[in-house]
Amino acid sequence: MVEKKGKKEQAPRAKMPEQAPDVRNKNFLEVPLGLTPDMAKMEAERCLQCKKPACVEGCPVSVDIPGFIARIAQGDFDGAAVKLWERNALPAVCGRVCPQEIQCEGNCILGKKGDSVAIGYLERFAADHARENGTADLPVVAEKTGKKVAVIGSGPSGLTVAGDLIVKGHDVTIFEAFHQSGGVLVYGIPEFRLPKSIVASEVETLVTLGVNIETNSVVGATVTIDELFEEGYDAVYVGVGAGLPRFMNLPGENLIGVFSANEYLTRTNLMKAYRFPEYDTPVPRGRNVVVLGAGNVAMDAARTAMRLGAESVKVVYRRSRAEMPARAEELHHAEEEGIEFILLTNPVQFFGNDNGRLTGMECLKMELGEPDDSGRRRPIAVEGSEYTIPCDLVVVSVGAQPNPLLTNATPDISLNRWGNIVADTATGKTTKKGVWAGGDIVTGMATVILAMGAGRESADSIHDYLTLGW
Amino acid sequence: MFKIVNREKMAQGTIVLNEIDAPRIARKAKPGQFVILQANEKGERIPLTMADVDSEKGTITIIYMIVGKSTRIFGNLQVGESYYAVIGPLGKATHIENRGKVVCVGGGTGIAVLHPITRGLKQAGNEVITILGSRNKDLLILEDKMAKVSDTLHICTDDGSRGHHGFVTDVLKDVLEKEDIGLVVAIGPVPMMKFVSMITRDKGIETLVSLNPIMVDGTGMCGGCRVSVGGETKFACVDGPEFDGHAVDYDELSKRLTAYQEDEKISMDACQAV
Ligand SMILES: Cc1cc2nc3c(=O)[nH]c(=O)nc-3n(C[C@H](O)[C@H](O)[C@H](O)COP(=O)(O)OP(=O)(O)OC[C@H]3O[C@@H](n4cnc5c(N)ncnc54)[C@H](O)[C@@H]3O)c2cc1C
Ligand SMILES: Cc1cc2nc3c(=O)[nH]c(=O)nc-3n(C[C@H](O)[C@H](O)[C@H](O)COP(=O)(O)OP(=O)(O)OC[C@H]3O[C@@H](n4cnc5c(N)ncnc54)[C@H](O)[C@@H]3O)c2cc1C
Ligand code: SF4
Ligand code: FES
Repeated sequence: MVEKKGKKEQAPRAKMPEQAPDVRNKNFLEVPLGLTPDMAKMEAERCLQCKKPACVEGCPVSVDIPGFIARIAQGDFDGAAVKLWERNALPAVCGRVCPQEIQCEGNCILGKKGDSVAIGYLERFAADHARENGTADLPVVAEKTGKKVAVIGSGPSGLTVAGDLIVKGHDVTIFEAFHQSGGVLVYGIPEFRLPKSIVASEVETLVTLGVNIETNSVVGATVTIDELFEEGYDAVYVGVGAGLPRFMNLPGENLIGVFSANEYLTRTNLMKAYRFPEYDTPVPRGRNVVVLGAGNVAMDAARTAMRLGAESVKVVYRRSRAEMPARAEELHHAEEEGIEFILLTNPVQFFGNDNGRLTGMECLKMELGEPDDSGRRRPIAVEGSEYTIPCDLVVVSVGAQPNPLLTNATPDISLNRWGNIVADTATGKTTKKGVWAGGDIVTGMATVILAMGAGRESADSIHDYLTLGW
Repeated sequence: MFKIVNREKMAQGTIVLNEIDAPRIARKAKPGQFVILQANEKGERIPLTMADVDSEKGTITIIYMIVGKSTRIFGNLQVGESYYAVIGPLGKATHIENRGKVVCVGGGTGIAVLHPITRGLKQAGNEVITILGSRNKDLLILEDKMAKVSDTLHICTDDGSRGHHGFVTDVLKDVLEKEDIGLVVAIGPVPMMKFVSMITRDKGIETLVSLNPIMVDGTGMCGGCRVSVGGETKFACVDGPEFDGHAVDYDELSKRLTAYQEDEKISMDACQAV
């Protein structure tokens, strides 16, 4: 059977049904609409069920990709979801936000000649099907061990740790600074890319399994790690992300209208300013918007600005198209929605009026020189190429750093010179006994799946510690 | 959680006091620190300084002026009702030590913020001269409490209905003429802090002010609260809210506080229409 399929002419890769660009760039509803069961089965049939699946090697948490795809092909959608959950606690999220083109799909053998299997679409399909129909069984919780674990931060890494350890029978409490759980999944990534109801449902599942969540708890301020130990916690996992925005230190950066992506996206997503005045928090609705940077964060900011009614949205980036770090799908969607890319261009300063409001940004053109440490060609300024882009809103999305609030209050956790927590790569152990760390606070801003992978490794190590010792 | 256990109206109902059940915060809070509150899930995150803390009872007290939609919603919450979210304690605590003679200058609701700091300074052995200002005698708050923690208390009103007829800066100049002052703490409207700082800068007297930029998270993750201090950008929520009054760019702060003027009006109009 399998061999025959291989020789057969390949069916084309499934095309994801989507909202039309000129419709969706005015609303916050999700852009891709999801595969139908028939489409999913057809797509799953394209998989060759390789003996040595390269896709699995490309997956940071080694999901049994051929295994879950085979179940979809057989119409056993719940079975597919269960297979996914074995390795990945948040498949509905990962199916939507993983950079598949450089992970599983980038490795798929079919991609060498034609189009890879749409693994991300299928992952999303199986997870959505199980969630929407409520058919797949919840994991069984082991007998209570009587051990207590505190998880700090409710981003993907914290949620993974909480899910793994509650199932192993430990008591788990998540401490989250914000009033809602989910980390970047709720405050950063917009509704049109990751509906918040999906994140809420994942969190709800954890609560059903017995995880206790204390929102509004800024660890380091409301309570310290040492106080958590005094309160009887046996182990602590730190998954607080990379929450500090980076600015560029340019003249005029404090004008009204210059925002960090964190602020712009937090106002819009977490505080739901896109529904102002129904929700109380406002967000500026720029007419001519410039977004600085070219990662996922920048694309999210640019596409948000478009949806908030901008006349023009320009992504200004100092390198060239090939170096843009955002997911391929985001770049593609952004362009379709009318966002302009102004490449090889760097901001120099911001101009404002007497009221302190932004009116424009001066830029310099760049050209590519010799490769730098990262292997990418270094952009060099072209002398005398200054020009001004008129704009009333600039969103700075040039990266984030670790927030020192927690680590300042916990001096016995060692940091590297960028302020990231030093943690053992295999176990997540920090230099403080009983404390583990993972996700962006250790690696700097990375990806959802890497944060989850780190969470899983720490959870295993915490379980060993609670049952066997440090 | 976050239940209101006591509520008082002050200054003819323009200012409201809430004592809120928040044991974790009450256990840690120090003078000068603030909390961020949300009345309901749709509400804005509003920073307010803790005017008092009772760590045994597990309560914190906030005193706020009703200036817009959110503070109006807060003001309507009754004893027994709860805030949806209260986060803190945030910001750096005031560094309190014995500086000999100190002057505490407060205006408007800034007096509420000033009170725990003044008390701390008094307990640390300072001789405290306090100058309070308000538009008229009915808007003046916490006079008795401030009197208790001050060695000398001066009152100023813009209309002369109580105490000195004029601004706090008039009295401050007088005091600085006569006394040898180690530290001035000024908390109130931005122009007040600006003018106090101008006077003390000329005399080279260290001055502490507490800044109130617009905030979102209060934990350093958005940068919305940035202020320029000594030519450097600081995040008021984590680097402050107190700063060296001589180094603050007050004009930038005043402008940044107007960022959402139009939206605030839309909110207030919609809320008044109900
Ligand atoms: C706008 C945006 C878009 C992105 N898009 C993608 C994408 O498409 N694909 C992808 O793979 N990755 C993407 N990323 C990156 C990805 O979201 C992160 O790598 C991932 O969320 C990191 O997970 P984490 O659990 O380490 O931390 P986070 O998700 O950052 O969660 C940390 C949590 O800890 C809380 N916290 C912080 N400090 C404290 C404290 N002191 N006490 C208590 N709680 C605290 C925070 O409030 C937060 O909820 C994006 C990031 C952003 C900002
Ligand atoms: C650290 C800090 C401590 C403060 N302590 C007190 C206090 O103890 N008592 C008190 O009465 N006030 C205090 N304030 C000011 C208080 O936060 C604002 O008055 C309140 O946010 C107004 O909200 P509103 O919706 O009622 O009014 P709006 O109509 O939204 O605005 C009215 C005014 O408040 C300012 N403002 C609006 N939103 C915010 C925000 N999220 N953060 C800060 N300012 C904002 C605006 O610039 C505007 O001038 C403090 C501010 C800060 C930053
Ligand atoms: S590499 Fe592609 S074809 Fe092979 S198992 Fe993975 S998804 Fe299927
Ligand atoms: S309020 Fe967000 S960084 Fe200060």
